[in-house]
Amino acid sequence: MHIVVCIKQVPDSAQIRVHPVTNTIMRQGVPTIINPYDLFALEEALRLRDRLGGTVTVLTMGPPMAEDSLRKALGIGADRGVLLTDRFFAGSDTLATSFALSQAILKIGETWGVPEVVFTGKQTIDGDTAQVGPGIARRLGLQQLTYVSAISEVDLAGKSITVSRRAEGGVQELKTALPALITMLEGSNEVRRGSIGDVLRGARAELVTWNAAAAGITEMGNCGLRGSPTVVKRVFAPKARATKAVPIETRERDAETIAEDIIAQLYATQPALEAELLRTAAGY
Amino acid sequence: MATVQERFDAIVVGAGPAGNAAAYTMAKAGLKVLQLERGEYPGSKNVQGAILYADALEKIIPDFREDAPLERHVIEQRIWMMDDSSHTGMHYRSEDFNEEKPNRYTIIRAQFDRWFSSQVREAGGIVLCETTVTELVKDTKGNVIGVLTDRHGGPLLADVVVMAEGVNGLVGQRSGLRDELKPDNVALAVKEMHFLPQEVIESRFNLKGDAGVVIEAMGTITKGMTGTGFLYTNKESVSIGIGCIVSDMSKSGIKPYNLLDSFKSHPSIAPLIAGSEVKEYVAHLIPEGGFRAMPEIYGNGWIVAGDAAHLVNAVHREGSNLAMTSGRLAGETIVWLKRRREPCTSVNLAEYKKRLEDSFVLKDMRKYQKIPALLHGNRQLLDLYPRMMSGIAQTWLRVDGKAKTAKESEIFKSVRKQRGLAGLVADGLRFARAWR
Repeated sequence: MHIVVCIKQVPDSAQIRVHPVTNTIMRQGVPTIINPYDLFALEEALRLRDRLGGTVTVLTMGPPMAEDSLRKALGIGADRGVLLTDRFFAGSDTLATSFALSQAILKIGETWGVPEVVFTGKQTIDGDTAQVGPGIARRLGLQQLTYVSAISEVDLAGKSITVSRRAEGGVQELKTALPALITMLEGSNEVRRGSIGDVLRGARAELVTWNAAAAGITEMGNCGLRGSPTVVKRVFAPKARATKAVPIETRERDAETIAEDIIAQLYATQPALEAELLRTAAGY
Repeated sequence: MATVQERFDAIVVGAGPAGNAAAYTMAKAGLKVLQLERGEYPGSKNVQGAILYADALEKIIPDFREDAPLERHVIEQRIWMMDDSSHTGMHYRSEDFNEEKPNRYTIIRAQFDRWFSSQVREAGGIVLCETTVTELVKDTKGNVIGVLTDRHGGPLLADVVVMAEGVNGLVGQRSGLRDELKPDNVALAVKEMHFLPQEVIESRFNLKGDAGVVIEAMGTITKGMTGTGFLYTNKESVSIGIGCIVSDMSKSGIKPYNLLDSFKSHPSIAPLIAGSEVKEYVAHLIPEGGFRAMPEIYGNGWIVAGDAAHLVNAVHREGSNLAMTSGRLAGETIVWLKRRREPCTSVNLAEYKKRLEDSFVLKDMRKYQKIPALLHGNRQLLDLYPRMMSGIAQTWLRVDGKAKTAKESEIFKSVRKQRGLAGLVADGLRFARAWR
């Protein structure tokens, strides 16, 4: 089977600094990583491949330096990396991104066989929209399974897939037809560590690099800034809260004393609350 | 489990200044080089003040100034002898340092190391991160022929392994090529990055454009321990840190961060970092045992460079230049042997040591070989003298109606009381002898 995994290179949010004066994000020198949610998608894809045979193609759209994430993905065990890069893609919102990616997936299908499953992570850590996966599914007419926590069965002959999906209030067991797009939930698997052979291969692999034309994209109006109705108007840092957390020391460790001390502390910081409670309680 | 069949010309352990210099030199010369780094990216594990000495890098990448991430070039050096309330300083500032190709720069290592590593890749070296070398692989005769890593598969084979693994030298240690680090021979330094707007840094330190100031400090700030403090100006931040010999720290029980806090709150330092935002706290070991603490630096199929070889000139606060130079010389030696189709045996790799001896690296290491022991046995050098100098300066500078002759004899008396003439002469002699 052929599986496509869409990944995104994102700045490592653990190491991002906000400029103390201008409040803008200081991107310079911030290391980039594969969007952590995408790693669960990649691992799940590799597991399917290991179980059922086939190949895993990793696709990313981004600047030329996004090559690093493809090499990392190959180092984890993917078979092929495709980098979609073109200055026409700059400034893409989720609509334009899902357009470009879906076109590239069509091209990947033409070149190496139509994928049975397309994976994405649940969402990215820099955009947080969770829109691109579903966008690709809609554009390619794929069955859509979001927030998947486990894949229980794949029936290639019968062209169906059964998964567990996290939903409000519980877990859904869903079965649908292939081809399908799956957005993978975090924590659903443990991402493997590639062997020394894998990372060597990843470091040396010839990556497939496509610009818009090579990916067969002709409708440039759907790409980049022109294809993006979403506009970032302003970026600002949230105001720091004036009030800080107050550690409350308790005299004893039993529940009664702890409760009394917490109440005493609450009353001390909010005298109005005490008056209000005493007033309303007086009625009982 | 995938086994790797191919053989590399060289495997370089570590992607710091020494490893990058070695890997770049060899890759540039066309050797098949594999570099292994345990960090998430090159530089993620590396800590330095940090000053870049242009000369050492120029000899590897002559036009590095075009795209290396540099912070400020140093135009002023301050050396401060500090007591609890004062500092006696020697400042040297020169317009001559505002030259076309400046001699020293402040850098941020996480950025700089990544740039350096990208040069290795461009030169054709293969760099694998998040890959820790666990041990050296030896043949039946005990010659090193490759490495094992913490990843599945392997071993990775090479004609020579360059160990530029940093101060701890764990690979060499595990493989029985060197002893464990001694607490007397290693300093623990802690450092913070304080962010400040560019204009603030420029006005506080009297700077323009990309010019920068470095302060090296010693005295009572190390609380009787052997060590130094520093403050370096970056573009939009100030690096401030302090380090002391580990055995002193464990004896005194003083916590490194308390030491740094007290350095930061010194009245001479506090105003320089006032209003800043701390964005990074790091700690690292520095090999400061000098020449006498150096391990074996070559053998059959292996060679050691940088901190792992204990190449730090603690007196001049130099380390990264010794690392780069030793890395380059290790690389050049291996290239030289390859071209002559000679194997990397211990006998042949002795050429590396010879080249180090011919360079400033081992000459400087030899020159200061007695300094660590001297400082160790004579802590008054770092404690008493700064106090004494401050006392002298204060007596001299206060205008209080005393005659200058009275002041002179007061100074003379206090010096005699604090150290005694014999002590002064002995300190002077000891110091001169160690320095020679």
